Amino acid sequence: MSQRRCFQVHPADNVATALDDLAPGAVRVLGAAGPDVAAGEEILLGHKIALRRIGEGEDIVKFGVPIGIATTAIAQGAWVHLHNCRSRVDERSSHLDVKTGAALDTAYA
Amino acid sequence: MRETANTSLVERTWPGYLRRDGRKGIRNLILVVYTVECASFVAHAVAAGEEDVHVIGFSGCYDNAYAIRLMLALATHPNVGGCLAIGLGCEYTQPAKLAEAAEQSGRPSDWFYIQNEGGTKTGTARGKEALKSLRQRMDAEAQIVPMGWSDLVVGAECGGSDGTSGLAGNPVVGRFYDFLVDHGGSAIFEEVVEMIGLREILLSRAATPEVAAELDATYRKAEDYCKAVRQYSVSPGNFAGGLTSIEEKSMGAFAKSGSRAIQGVLRVSQTVPRPGLWLLDSVPDNHFMQFGYTNPNDTEGIMDLISCGAQIVLFVTGRGSVIGSPVAPLVKVTGNSRTFERMRDDMDFNAGTILEGSKTLDEAAMDLMEMVGDVAAGTPSKPEALGHREYFVMYKHQDTPELAAGCRA
Repeated sequence: MSQRRCFQVHPADNVATALDDLAPGAVRVLGAAGPDVAAGEEILLGHKIALRRIGEGEDIVKFGVPIGIATTAIAQGAWVHLHNCRSRVDERSSHLDVKTGAALDTAYA
Repeated sequence: MRETANTSLVERTWPGYLRRDGRKGIRNLILVVYTVECASFVAHAVAAGEEDVHVIGFSGCYDNAYAIRLMLALATHPNVGGCLAIGLGCEYTQPAKLAEAAEQSGRPSDWFYIQNEGGTKTGTARGKEALKSLRQRMDAEAQIVPMGWSDLVVGAECGGSDGTSGLAGNPVVGRFYDFLVDHGGSAIFEEVVEMIGLREILLSRAATPEVAAELDATYRKAEDYCKAVRQYSVSPGNFAGGLTSIEEKSMGAFAKSGSRAIQGVLRVSQTVPRPGLWLLDSVPDNHFMQFGYTNPNDTEGIMDLISCGAQIVLFVTGRGSVIGSPVAPLVKVTGNSRTFERMRDDMDFNAGTILEGSKTLDEAAMDLMEMVGDVAAGTPSKPEALGHREYFVMYKHQDTPELAAGCRA
């Protein structure tokens, strides 16, 4: 497979968006490109990869602005999503299935 | 960006139609306005086969101040040079008043009731005759003057978004907006319900403390609206696609505002008071009947932008769309190269080059600027050439005491 890619919107961002399905290994950073990064796990197209280590409680920065808060320490190259980042306004999004986005806080029976 | 823009692009001018209020149009259209759904068939029959004639109107028999303000704003839009209002004859909305307002604004105008003319055939014939005489007067009275970026008002909206919209489609519009505003032009963005989670960021962009207060009130109204209708603009599919928070989704939409200071908040049908970047608030205000949705479809939002005087509207769509608009040409921008290739006849601009790394954001914004200049100079946009004239208005309420109350005042 050709070089896998992600896109960094703003120079201040600590995450980038996968332009391909990423597998562990080297990933080219396009856009406001910093140095290339090594993916630590599988990250699907459209999802975010940590461009550097992010400490617990630190802002997740995309578009140059905070889009959430790290709920745990995040390693460089890790997948950043609902399992390690929470919204500052929408509490409910922390109660969704990490893969499907389906709400887990609604009782059906 | 000032440095990267070449001089000829900055100084570009094209012929425009000078209107009595000082605004300039990039087209010289005749607007046919129907005042109730019952008159819409004849209105469309009158406009059929006439390239310079577009149709708008209002479906309701019972009138609505918001809808009347919108029709008046469109009938006196800079791209419109003449107006023909057509009523059935028993509705509340008065075509004579619309034609009178358009005439007073310096636009040759006419009106009639279908019931008085005899019906479909005679009404259509009456309308066709009216177009001929309106065109003669418009040709005789047209004032063609040079027009540049500082005379231009551009609107932007997104719809049919995908993962590329926040990364490329909206940012390229935002970068172009920075450039347009820096060169004396006006830029309008909307969809305040899609800015939830960005209150501090929105307020930090205010030009003055007064504007910050205005933005805050607009933001809070949108937040209350979202709470009342129990819906935020984010769904399980968005999360599955990689969006982690409402802030992230909102920021992708907000990116089309660029980075310059926001001069204030416009209501639907309010003309841009002075150049710069403006937020359009199309969210309904509190009303005893509680009617109205904020943007029930893309066309409604596009008409709101045009009602504020936008001569061109940029529509960002990652998944692709086949709509156009009356009055002001729609320029369709996608950040998805596959969408652009698949829907080449409908898409005007491919910002996917930014994601592929073949263009920088600034380069793509310059290309978009060239395209906007071409459309302003008369080149039809893709939907305009295809004859797309989608139009939508609905019953809605907004408190706008500073605006003319419309026909019932």
